[in-house]
Amino acid sequence: MINRVVKNAEEALKDVKDGSTIMLGGFGLCGIPENSIAQLIKMGVKNLTCISNNAGVDDFGLGLLLQSRQIKKMIASYVGENDEFERQMLSGELEVELVPQGTLATRCMMAGYGIPFFPTPAGVGTEVAQGKEVKSITWRGQTKDYLIEKAFESDFAIVKAWKGDSAGNLVYRRTARNFNQPMAMAGKITIAEVEEIVELGELDPDHIHTPGIFVNRIFKGEKYEKRIEQITVRKK
Amino acid sequence: MLDKNGIAKRIAKEVRDGMFVNLGIGIPTLVSNYIPENYDIVLQSENGILGMGPFPFEGEENADIINAGKQTITLVKGASIFDSATSFGMIRAQRVDLTILGAMEVSENGDIANWKIPGKMVKGMGGAMDLVASAQNIIVAMQQVNKAGQSKLLSKCELPLTGVKCVKKIVTEFGVYDVLPQGGFKLLEIAPGVTIDDVKKATAGKLVIEGDVPVIAV
Repeated sequence: MINRVVKNAEEALKDVKDGSTIMLGGFGLCGIPENSIAQLIKMGVKNLTCISNNAGVDDFGLGLLLQSRQIKKMIASYVGENDEFERQMLSGELEVELVPQGTLATRCMMAGYGIPFFPTPAGVGTEVAQGKEVKSITWRGQTKDYLIEKAFESDFAIVKAWKGDSAGNLVYRRTARNFNQPMAMAGKITIAEVEEIVELGELDPDHIHTPGIFVNRIFKGEKYEKRIEQITVRKK
Repeated sequence: MLDKNGIAKRIAKEVRDGMFVNLGIGIPTLVSNYIPENYDIVLQSENGILGMGPFPFEGEENADIINAGKQTITLVKGASIFDSATSFGMIRAQRVDLTILGAMEVSENGDIANWKIPGKMVKGMGGAMDLVASAQNIIVAMQQVNKAGQSKLLSKCELPLTGVKCVKKIVTEFGVYDVLPQGGFKLLEIAPGVTIDDVKKATAGKLVIEGDVPVIAV
């Protein structure tokens, strides 16, 4: 099998340019590609369009790329918990497209499936429907209006997995799977950073979440902070 | 009048044994505290969990196990994990029986607004638009009046909508309402210590009251 392992984030992200469109996996700060985000800051690439469920917090995740003014447009479903984002959005410095979360996930999935359009009822009769085709469809005995939504076209998808092998096969851990799995299938070039690269054959073929065919480059992240946004506990 | 926990307690009575339930952030999250222990309920969290459990014990929190509110949580025995597209697949395909969420405004025809205050609050809709567009059974938990005393049960929503004609039931500090198919908030139950006159004052949209209205037992 073709060896898809590259040395580090620098090598993995070498062809990301000013103006690139990039998907980044994660939900909140859970399962975000920390090492790749750090590398994008180091590279200083500008005018990026970022597709991600959230925009990080002020001092972590995609919030760091906002602080350094590298993002021109953000496509996300929920951007609370980030003052700098709100400031840039309200002042007009940052272009923002807010997308219902299920639509966002499906726009990634459909890109991976090679299906350019799909109907969804989310957002019918709201601001989200503005400028979109609405179709009345009867299915399973229910007639409803659906918005016609478009699969994403993204230059890169950058995802974070738990384990991977040299063939690019990926396994995610717990809820860090989230958007990483559909996004991994959806980039023109998909880059995966993992906590651990294991020997070929060590991952059970039945248990692989993302088949290596979708992954162009894989590297082991140098370090993972794995910050928790809200620690909620109960007493023993 | 009901406090937040009272609203959650009353909503818990709408939960039936065997349901798959999605709880939104805020008051809806509290509902899980009042579900009878002998009930077999599966909590869905849209970031990719069926079988969400309570918060972890101190020191046992795991950055890779969070809910859609980004809180550390645990998984119950028999839980499953999946990606975000699959998660909204089960929501769209109406496998999730009950959705409980908060609102800023609800209109008498069941429209809901809960994601944006133009020029002020920009947080995004998250999964709310997908949930309200597909769920068959939506209960809204909300405060009926704002801090200035203005009603949030309106004839028409003023804020940008999250979904149209989707809310069926509302529980507030004043009472329990059905949203009638022909339009209107029908008062089903009234909160302890609240008068019909209080309810009238707190409802800007069309209010329907038929016969004696029972007091909420919580």
